[in-house]
Amino acid sequence: MVEELGITTEGDLQINVGPQHPATHGVLHLILTLNGETIKKVEPHLGYIHRSIEKMCESLTYRQFSYVTSRMDYLSSHINNNACALVVEKAMQIEVPERAKVIRVLVDELTRIASHELWWGAMAMDLGAFTPFFHAFRERESINDIMEETCGARLTMNYIVPGGLMQDIHPDFQKRVKHFIQLYKSKIDEYNEMVTGNIIFQNRMKGVGILSAEDAISYGVTGPAARGSGVSCDVRKMYPYEIYDKLDFNEVLETGCDSFARYMVRIREMNESVKIIEQLIDNIPEGDYQAKTKAVLKLPKGEFYQRVETARGELGVYIVSEGGTTPYRIKFRSPGFSNLSALDHMARGSKLGDLVAMMGTLDLVIPDIDR
Amino acid sequence: MKWQCADKKKIKTVWNFSLSKIAGDVDQWLHQTFNPTWALVAEMVIVGVGVIGLFAALGLVLVLMERRVAAWIQIRLGPNRVGPKGLLQSLADTVKLLVKEGMTPGGADKFLFNLAPFIAMIVAMLLMAPIVFAKDFVIWDMNIGVLYVSAISSLSVIGILMAGWASNNKYSLMGAMRSGAQIVSYELSAGLSVLTIVILTGSLNLTDIINSQQNGWWIFKGHIPVIIAFVIFIIAVTAETNRAPFDLAEAESELTAGFHTEYSGMKFALFFLAEYINVFIVCAIGATIFLGGWMPFHIGNWNSFNHVMDYIPSSIWFFGKTFFLIFVIMWFRWTFPRLRIDQLLNLEWKYLLPISMFNILLATAMAILGWHF
Amino acid sequence: MQIEELKIKITALFPTVVFAEGTQWLTLNIEPTEWLPLAKQLRNEDALYFDFLSCLTCVDWKTHLTMVYHLDSTKYRHTIVVKVKLDAAKPEIETVSTIWKTAESHEREVYEMFGVNFLNHPDLRLMILPDGWEGKNPLRKDFEDPINMIRL
Repeated sequence: MVEELGITTEGDLQINVGPQHPATHGVLHLILTLNGETIKKVEPHLGYIHRSIEKMCESLTYRQFSYVTSRMDYLSSHINNNACALVVEKAMQIEVPERAKVIRVLVDELTRIASHELWWGAMAMDLGAFTPFFHAFRERESINDIMEETCGARLTMNYIVPGGLMQDIHPDFQKRVKHFIQLYKSKIDEYNEMVTGNIIFQNRMKGVGILSAEDAISYGVTGPAARGSGVSCDVRKMYPYEIYDKLDFNEVLETGCDSFARYMVRIREMNESVKIIEQLIDNIPEGDYQAKTKAVLKLPKGEFYQRVETARGELGVYIVSEGGTTPYRIKFRSPGFSNLSALDHMARGSKLGDLVAMMGTLDLVIPDIDR
Repeated sequence: MKWQCADKKKIKTVWNFSLSKIAGDVDQWLHQTFNPTWALVAEMVIVGVGVIGLFAALGLVLVLMERRVAAWIQIRLGPNRVGPKGLLQSLADTVKLLVKEGMTPGGADKFLFNLAPFIAMIVAMLLMAPIVFAKDFVIWDMNIGVLYVSAISSLSVIGILMAGWASNNKYSLMGAMRSGAQIVSYELSAGLSVLTIVILTGSLNLTDIINSQQNGWWIFKGHIPVIIAFVIFIIAVTAETNRAPFDLAEAESELTAGFHTEYSGMKFALFFLAEYINVFIVCAIGATIFLGGWMPFHIGNWNSFNHVMDYIPSSIWFFGKTFFLIFVIMWFRWTFPRLRIDQLLNLEWKYLLPISMFNILLATAMAILGWHF
Repeated sequence: MQIEELKIKITALFPTVVFAEGTQWLTLNIEPTEWLPLAKQLRNEDALYFDFLSCLTCVDWKTHLTMVYHLDSTKYRHTIVVKVKLDAAKPEIETVSTIWKTAESHEREVYEMFGVNFLNHPDLRLMILPDGWEGKNPLRKDFEDPINMIRL
């Protein structure tokens, strides 16, 4: 009887947040144990959107499997594709033309900005401010337009393929990216005025969801969420891929360990991405956009691991190859899954209203967690 | 008292349109045609129909206004398809809500569940009584108007608690409990800030309060205490009507829809309507006691300017001021993030309540020493 | 160079481990019983300090299962891969969720996808699969679902 009512034997209330809930931004299901408004336990239940991409990939060829990964973390689809392309290139020792590398970094960084823009709006919406969502979408829209022109899609984009790019960039690409940078720079102050400086917002974020550096490492938290705790973990700096080692940008670190620190990391990271784009946009080298590869890719027998920095953290692609045209086993180490595991630790003892602030700053994308 | 001593110079009126005149004519005609009892009954019916009509009209207008204001703040267009410039959008929504099935969840307490929206609605309707819509145009000019408004408006929490409890839903219950804590707390500040004006005018009657502002609205002639009281009033009534940034009772991202999670169709619409009517009423009260109600805007000795202002009908002044305050409250909603429950209660008990108590002392001192204009 | 250095340090601690050749990172092959003491050493030894378990997964080789752990050090920035061979019929291994907390959820995922039983795991239940899927392990090679699986 007691269990039926969702009341634990200690008299605590159990409530289901999700799978249909406005704050989970997808089909995440959390079972909360509450004492009044105070959270005693958070128990994630996953699988509502689990498509078993790892199993699917076992029957897809090395040319096909990267398309599925766009559906994983759909907000950083280019970066996912890039990881897949890199691991195949590493295994087959394909030399990618310089032009393709530069364009890959450009679209990756544009994706990162778009993802952070969406996160920013959704984050503010979780805290009850609707307006920033629309303002964020205005800028994100122009990135989507650029992507639509170049790769034909707006959300689940597939542009980066093993060996280079699917096709060359649209002739207007540079012009439109420059226009976007201009637009973005004029709007970022507006963002900070509207949300970052707001006293209610700061009170909601500061001191909420404390995650110490040791815990962040132990829980495997990566990306902006860990960098808000002062853990240096930017794959672009630590294990550079593409041409990131030749670029001038900073790894953004904050030491607040709370939601506000994680928020500031993402805001500042957008500026770093803009810096990277500015360095590259006028210096795209001429040449091929694709290396000459065989029609059928066959990876040598062995194991290959590649990590990249998506907008949410470290994405690892682990391929076990038996020498055929399809992977024997593939594992995606998705940042969202690890970041979610820290939620219970962060949320215990805080109020129900803080949970949305924590989930927001972990930037959970459910298909990324479920895969 | 000051306002009684001041000369009541008649505002020169060349009304083209006057609600009080129409009301007077109707009253006269009814008394000529029927005996006094039937005339009273007829007047009551007219008032009832009028209030319900006003209710419906306000609901439609305010929902449309909210959507338009939101759209304007959020750089989008808002409703623009139904009717000319989308003006009939809220009418279409009402029709949709009317024909929708009103679901009652299986485990709910059916009687309380169905009663709750009507309680919310009745409370909102009762609050209409003492509001002075125009010069000499009020449903019931009672001598305890301010007290009546504060007393009745605290009843609205009963509807919400009832809805939350009867829904048999944990989200609803939490929303209702939040709302209970919130409304009970913020009532204190709202009441105390209204009391500031009561002290200055020496009357609880809303008509008297308006008349006391003939030589200047309280917000202008009341110095700092009234400005403090006005700011606290706006904050407190935003909280009392459960509007963002104090919409914890329905906190969408935390409690899905709070106390009205389980409501659908017309029952939901009644809650929705009651919320907007409450906003209208608190803004009307705010406009009445701080911004001079239907009093036109006058500047010192600028006689010709004041004369032009007098030409504008009093009902337009009243509704203009009220809608300005409504706009302010909507502006809050679409710009601020939501507070957390402990921050909300801290704000009231640690800041607003001590400030408003001190403010009352200040206002009393000012009233005794006659420091206001 | 880094691989050689690590090799020397680890051999000093655990003379029995077998190193695989020709891999991207230093790869250790060990037996399930050795795993927990080795893991503790890898985490706590100051010269190694593998404090970040970046990837934990399992590979089904039909004849046996292999647990694969990718360990990183945030201090020294070196990486090793630990592989543990498990029996396909009765896969059992000690949990490392006491050492790296992230292992708790990753091990739950491996538990339901491969049926590996993690001994002393605090909360070994299904997390992704719905109720009633205990014992069916979708990522094993012999898993068949005629209704939902489409073979290309």
